[in-house]
Amino acid sequence: MPVDNDTASKFAEYAHPERLVSTEWLAAHLGEPGLVVVESDEDILLYEMGHIPTAVKIDWHTDLNDHVLRDFVQGKEFARLLGEKGISRDSTVVLYGDKNNWWAAYALWIFSLFGHEDVRLLDGGRDLWIAEGRELTTEAPAPASVEYPVVERDDATLRAFKEDVLSHFGNPLIDVRSVEEYTGERTEIPGYPSEGALRAGHIPSAASVPWARAAAPDATFKSRAELEAIYQGEAGLAEGDDVITYCRIGERSSHTWFVLTHLLGFEGVRNYDGSWTEWGSAVRAPIAQGAEPGSATAPHTSVAK
Amino acid sequence: MTTTAELPEQLAEIRDDFLALEQRDRLQLLLEFSNELPELPERYQDHPDLFERVEECQSPVFLFVEVDDAGAVQLYATAPAESPTTRGFASILAQGLSGLSAEQVLAVPDDFPQTLGLTQAVSPLRIRGMTGMLGRTKRQIRARLALAG
Repeated sequence: MPVDNDTASKFAEYAHPERLVSTEWLAAHLGEPGLVVVESDEDILLYEMGHIPTAVKIDWHTDLNDHVLRDFVQGKEFARLLGEKGISRDSTVVLYGDKNNWWAAYALWIFSLFGHEDVRLLDGGRDLWIAEGRELTTEAPAPASVEYPVVERDDATLRAFKEDVLSHFGNPLIDVRSVEEYTGERTEIPGYPSEGALRAGHIPSAASVPWARAAAPDATFKSRAELEAIYQGEAGLAEGDDVITYCRIGERSSHTWFVLTHLLGFEGVRNYDGSWTEWGSAVRAPIAQGAEPGSATAPHTSVAK
Repeated sequence: MTTTAELPEQLAEIRDDFLALEQRDRLQLLLEFSNELPELPERYQDHPDLFERVEECQSPVFLFVEVDDAGAVQLYATAPAESPTTRGFASILAQGLSGLSAEQVLAVPDDFPQTLGLTQAVSPLRIRGMTGMLGRTKRQIRARLALAG
């Protein structure tokens, strides 16, 4: 049974206002039947330090990734995970996390691959909740297990693979990494050198829009007009565009995927989770370096056939 | 593991404490370490320049190693409260290494972080941050010894 939408006026201007809730709304709805609050952080211990009352924890690394294949969990594991967390197929799930909801947006995107219908983000995430002095608890809820159906993940609609990116050339790509990663000065995000690639630079023709530009200083999303100035204005996206976003492993670009899809209303935006750790290490994948996007052409082959 | 037998007692104790716990409780112990990371001594609080940023970590963590005249090591580290995992790693090393001789620290196996049984609970990727801290600690010790020698 879906829980009411947050009708806060700030959200009304977005394409899909039902995808966001405010801290005020959440505080007033905690404990409501049908609502499950989920914390998903980059730092795996933050939840244990204190979390929003009733919230359960889902970790991007240990819960949502397959431990052997470079892939996400399959339908069976996803069903088991959600069932254990007390989430039914018709639950309203509100996700929140640290660092502008970076990892919460990644979890939301994965929930969406499995077609979980009512999944929302807490605008401002963990940081805003704490900044406002709202209640935290270290008491971990013990939800009764529920049945979550085994659903096959849809990898075609919201997710792009390397081959999809190659055949997408000519359509807009958004690179959401730091400028240094985009130009090719470095292969990894500052402070995250453990997820590097063999080559540096960006996918030819991709526009550079670092992901966190979509967030205001208080970790909430910027207004629609501000977002349009960035994505339609600077990055040159136009209505009806078919867009692929990428970063390093697909987490930062999930945040931008959320902005383009749910706040600005672009349809069919796909997130390339292989991202730079795959592209920058793939043999003969075309690469552009420097501040210019460069042009997307077929992979160049300098070796005689 | 052939090298663990030689692990200094205080480090071996930390490792055994982790290994004695169920996966879920290992996170709680890591959180305890995180809460125990000592404040910097006053003489270092105004000297961020002395501290080295650990680039392998996902959060800003800085560390500084002292080797006293008797050759004993003291490790100081600072990391923000909103990065408890990183603080926990730094605290394990600060408690596990401080007071040992420089030679003992240099002899700690580089894969010590992987032997704590945290790989599954925390993920291998995150553990790499601790490996980076240990590597930088050893490098600083070598630099101090070279200066003293």
